[in-house]
Formats: sequence, C-alpha cells, structure tokens
Amino acid sequence: MKKEEIPQDDGALNKLTKEVVYAVDKNGKYSSELSTGWDVKTKALDLAWEDIQQRIEEARQKVLRNEASPVLYFIELRLMDIGILAAYTGFWKWTIRQHIKPAAFKKLSEKKLQQYAEAFNISVEELKTMNVHED
Amino acid sequence: MKTEFEHLQAAHCENGVTTNLLRSAGADKLTEPLAFGIGAGLFYVQLPFLVINNGPAIAFRTMPGLIFKRTCNALDIPVVRKKFSSRETGKNYLDDCLAKGQPVGCQVGVYYLTYFPKEYRFHFNAHNMIVFGKEEDRYLISDPVMETVTSLTDYELDRVRFAKGAFAPRGQLYYPLEKKIVTDEQMGKAIVKGIKRNINHMIKIPGNIAGVKGIAGTGRKIKKWRDKLGQQKAGLYLAQLVRMQEEIGTGGGGFRYIYAAFLQEAHAFHPKDELLEISGIFTEAGDKWRNAAVQAAGIYKGRIGSQADFDVMGDYLIEISAIEKKAFQALSKIKWNS
Repeated sequence: MKKEEIPQDDGALNKLTKEVVYAVDKNGKYSSELSTGWDVKTKALDLAWEDIQQRIEEARQKVLRNEASPVLYFIELRLMDIGILAAYTGFWKWTIRQHIKPAAFKKLSEKKLQQYAEAFNISVEELKTMNVHED
Repeated sequence: MKTEFEHLQAAHCENGVTTNLLRSAGADKLTEPLAFGIGAGLFYVQLPFLVINNGPAIAFRTMPGLIFKRTCNALDIPVVRKKFSSRETGKNYLDDCLAKGQPVGCQVGVYYLTYFPKEYRFHFNAHNMIVFGKEEDRYLISDPVMETVTSLTDYELDRVRFAKGAFAPRGQLYYPLEKKIVTDEQMGKAIVKGIKRNINHMIKIPGNIAGVKGIAGTGRKIKKWRDKLGQQKAGLYLAQLVRMQEEIGTGGGGFRYIYAAFLQEAHAFHPKDELLEISGIFTEAGDKWRNAAVQAAGIYKGRIGSQADFDVMGDYLIEISAIEKKAFQALSKIKWNS
C-alpha cells in the first residue's frame, strides 16, 4: 500500500483513536502511518452488528412465545455463548441448557437467578422481565 | 507512583507490548516490525469445523502470546510470567511490581474494557496492555493500539484482567526479569531465527489448513459458499474474513505490510539485497489482500453477488497463496553468513 492510498474514512474506532498502518513512500520504503478507518471494514463490522441485533430480536421473540427463557435473550444481548456464560456463572453447560427452557427457569432459586443477573450485569428483576435500561 | 516508561503506538497490541517492554529492558533497537518478524508472527490458518462469532475461524497471525515469548527467547531476555487463581493476589502482585518501578504487561479481555468503543467490545480475551503506574485509585495504562496513554480504576482493571471464556487471562502478567545489553549480533541472529521459523509455518506444515496452502484452501471454499450458505450468510462469512484481515492491529493487508517492513529493517542487520526484493513481494501480497477485501465488500454490501463474483473472490486467495509461496521459497534460499 502506498502512503497516498491509505484510506481515511470514518469508522467506529475513530471515536477512540487513529490506528497504525504500514505503507510505502515513493522509494518503496516502509514507515508506520495513521488511518482514521476504511469503509470496507466499517461495513464488515456493521454487518456483524446487524446480525447480532437480529439474533437478539429473535431470542426476544422466542422468550415472548414461551419457547425459551430470558437466559437465551441475555446470552445474545451480552454477545456470549453457553461456554462463556458457564465460565462466568460457574454452572455446567448442561445446566444452562436446562435453564434456557422456560419451565426450568421458572423454578430457579433466588440464589441462582442472582448468579445469572451478576453474569449479565443486570438485576434479577431485569433478568425476569428483559427490561433493561442502559446507554 | 509512576514507573519510567515511554508509550509508543503500534498497529498490534502484542507487538506493541513486546516492543515497549523490551526496549526498556535493553533491546533499544527493537521496533514493531522487528518484534513481529523475530517472533515469526505471520501466519494463515482456517480451522476446519470451527465457527467463531457465527463465522469462519480464520487467523492471519500466530497464536496470542507467542510473539512475545519467541522474541524474548531469541534475544535471550528472561521473562517473568504469572497467572493467578485469586484476584486479591493478582492485584497485590501488580501493585508490588509498580512500587518497584517495574512496568508490567497484562493480558486482558476487551468486553469490559470501558475505553474501547462499544462496537469493538466482544468477548475477546487476548488483548495486551502495559500498566505503568498508579495514581490514587487509577492505574495508568499504555494500550499500544492507542495514540495516547489512558487509565482504569481498580474495579475496571480487575474486571478485564479476570475476564472469563476462551483464552481467559486469569490475571496474567509478564515482564522482563532484568535489563540486558542486546547487541547487533544478537539482533541479527534473532532475525534469522524468526525468518526460518516463519518459512516453516507458511510452507512446510502438511495438510491444506495452515500456511500458504490454507490460503488457497479458503479460496476454494469461498467459491462454494454462495451455494452452500446462501447469499446472506456467505456475505457474513466474507465480512468476518475481512475483519480478521483488516481490523485494528493488522497494520493493513492481514499483517503482510508489517512483515514487508520487517524484511526492510532486517536489511540493516543483514545487508542482502534479496531481503528488499522479497519485501516487495509481500507488499504485492498485501495489496492483493486489500483488493480481495474490496471484492468481498462488493458482495456483502449487496452491490455484486453472482457466482462469478464469488469465483473472482476465491481466485484472489488462490493467487495470493502462490505469491506468498514464492516469497517464502525465496527467503528459504538466502544464505545467511552467521
């Protein structure tokens, strides 16, 4: 990549910092330069987020249809998978799969609900209602 | 308290931490490209059957942690590396280091990294930063991907050091044990070692998963994605490929430009003109990767998307595979004096 070809598009990272890229000058010599972003990868990241939003919404609908418990919704909302949630809560993956079923979720003790709420960084009330208010 | 430390921005966090820590430990000629090359950072792999973030598991660089480890080994700088089962001990150990004036590299997760933009905060646990001091309740942080230094509270740092999931950092910290004098001769030898290791990784691993054969393998797979996954999912897969290739830390072109820069800098230690020529081949490879990304973007933006467009995309990777093979074969023919 030539220095004058370094893209200077807008991207999410630009809110925080410019990033270092390596490019050549007229004599083919490399140096590190700064870039504000590149629309090709901004679009790639946007697409990943659109997919995530869609998965969150699908999970929410499932909970509303009583096909899944809010645990599934918060796994998606917090970009987790069952493995990550198991690591944060200390529950077995198998146990979590059970708790994703609405009937099993309703029988959970206050203590277990609290463990989930902590892992998702919400209150037990928010866990039950899926009503989370944050920035 | 504040330790003696100079923040330098880098493309990639591990290169940056390695460079910054080792420069203060005596390797004052070390730069990001040199650390990347000595650590044999260049790689390509698509892990079969594995899906990450609902897309293909592709990496353009070596496993997290290896660049630091290999560079320290090659330069004969002893390293202290610690993980902790308790948060309390992890925090006390860090505080002790800072009190002694020792800046410390820390492995952290980015999901709770408050200063990162929300769009980048996935459960990725192999980010690296340097903690270089503490003022009242705030730890002073040098995150190599950032232009300036920043800070985190006790609670915030604790949360990212003890993030959970794959590659869970478990409070891992590391730093050079002592100051050493690193001679030009040592640098020269380390460079050769790094290049030889990278040749092995890119053209000598059997199978079609890793190295240049892995690149062509992905190219052939891409041609089937449209039929196999459907237009939308195929687009998502291509977007994931582009993110791995171009996102923050790669320096552009899937680390190929950093490697090209490394070969130019290596020339100062080994005046062989082949190094400059081969550097040019890696620039060509990096440019082709960028062209492929533009093609991919055409598909995931929905501007193009016929089977012919996927074929062009796949052929880019097959062509890149041949270019990189040529480059590493040329590297393997260099006769080193030492």
